[in-house]
Amino acid sequence: MSNVGIVIVSHSPLVAEGTADMVRQMVGDEVPLAWCGGDPDGGLGTSVEAILAAIDKAWSEAGVALLVDLGGAETNSEMAVEMLPEERGGKVVVCNAPIVEGAVIAATEASGGASLQDVRRTAEELSAL
Amino acid sequence: MSDVALTAEVLLEHEVGLHARPSVKLTKLAKTFQSRIELSPGPDGPWIDAKSIVKVMAARAPKGTVLQFRAAGDDARAALDALVALVRNDFETGAAGEAE
Repeated sequence: MSNVGIVIVSHSPLVAEGTADMVRQMVGDEVPLAWCGGDPDGGLGTSVEAILAAIDKAWSEAGVALLVDLGGAETNSEMAVEMLPEERGGKVVVCNAPIVEGAVIAATEASGGASLQDVRRTAEELSAL
Repeated sequence: MSDVALTAEVLLEHEVGLHARPSVKLTKLAKTFQSRIELSPGPDGPWIDAKSIVKVMAARAPKGTVLQFRAAGDDARAALDALVALVRNDFETGAAGEAE
């Protein structure tokens, strides 16, 4: 699949999974999609390892756009991006957009075959409204 | 729009208007055509890019709006027919109002 992939990173697995459900139901199956959230003990949190695994799951040669919630989700996502192998490094971006709305809109854009830059720009247009 | 544009209009009967899910469907369909496609909630505009999910959603066209489309390009006719059919078929969802 050559469409940009979407990864959802929330502190809460329920938020992440629910957001992914919205993307699947509203946009469909044309975009690779993965989510992660929560710490291994069932509490709130994010982990670099889980984010890397989600990026791997949603991997697309066209790149992967990350939608994240607060604080640690963002810093851990940025850390995960830095830890990617060199050939993937330039193809993963963290979008500065609200997680739910951003995920649906990024996926809509991605489903039409848009580039990673266009997917990110469209998600970030939201914040300018 | 500089080229000669074809136009079409259709009454928006979807219960929640042009909200999230209908907007996604409309935008996705518009993107499958090469033509430049715009829509407006009335004959006098404002005209917005029908391929922009953010702009279509932000238009917040309510139920009862007569949506205007205009398209310019090789597949403009097919694009308008498909978009009008989507709106007329209630966005192919029996569950109006399920997701605003």
